[in-house]
Amino acid sequence: MTVDTVPAIPLFHYLVLAAALFGIGATGVLIRRNALVVFMSIELMLNAVNLTFLAFARYRDLPDGHAIVFFVMAVAAAEAAVGLAIILNVFRHRRTVNVDETVALRR
Amino acid sequence: MELAFFYLFAALALLGAGLLVFCFRNPVYGAISLIVTLFAVAGLFVLLDAHFLGAIQVLVYAGAIMVLFLFVTMLLNLQDHELGGARRTWAKALGAAAAAAVTGHLCSALLRVDGPIPGFDVTAIPAQTAATIGTVESVGRLIFTRHLLSFEVTSVLILAAIVATVVVAKRRV
Repeated sequence: MTVDTVPAIPLFHYLVLAAALFGIGATGVLIRRNALVVFMSIELMLNAVNLTFLAFARYRDLPDGHAIVFFVMAVAAAEAAVGLAIILNVFRHRRTVNVDETVALRR
Repeated sequence: MELAFFYLFAALALLGAGLLVFCFRNPVYGAISLIVTLFAVAGLFVLLDAHFLGAIQVLVYAGAIMVLFLFVTMLLNLQDHELGGARRTWAKALGAAAAAAVTGHLCSALLRVDGPIPGFDVTAIPAQTAATIGTVESVGRLIFTRHLLSFEVTSVLILAAIVATVVVAKRRV
């Protein structure tokens, strides 16, 4: 094991990368209208946040970030399962997964 | 060396994410490119000494969740007309503007940081302690002591999600 104390990568790099991934995910949620792609973009945003948590945990030497990321992953798995079941059901009833065409709640 | 790996994984992550959001119309291709991103993020987790969560990322995200996504995508077997036509351009422009605003806000917050981030003096952390906080042992110890309540609540949440998924996805309850 190395005894050097300075990680080679600055924390800032991780934060910029996570911000970029989060931005791309947010763009996907806002401009795509295939519900499946919107869901995948949400997963992407969750991943960006996880990356931020772990970067701070590493550079602050606080292990709590790891526990939070663990719970975020569990919640993301639950959310994906329920969300995909909803998409499946919407598709059965309306033959579309287009979020612009599922407007029953708007009327 | 570490920096080279960081740039490799970062490039892969951004490539997969960009392909998912901006290029592929077919959700199957999007799911495959998202898997690339998730693997790259797992690599970044390992670079951050989060060995346990890197493994979980590959197993749960790139494995289970993406298989679920691909399974549903292929089950739906979307035809071209079911994907819908091009989105109204003003809606797309508005969405892109909102996303740009969110990203710009994040970037401006980051750019305000000048030099080392206060409280995150990286030189203060010996690499040896940092390398032990991400192991299965230490994460498990943390989850089963300080975060025990959250852990139990999560298990209830997952049970509720299982029941909800079965009820929603079933044709007749």
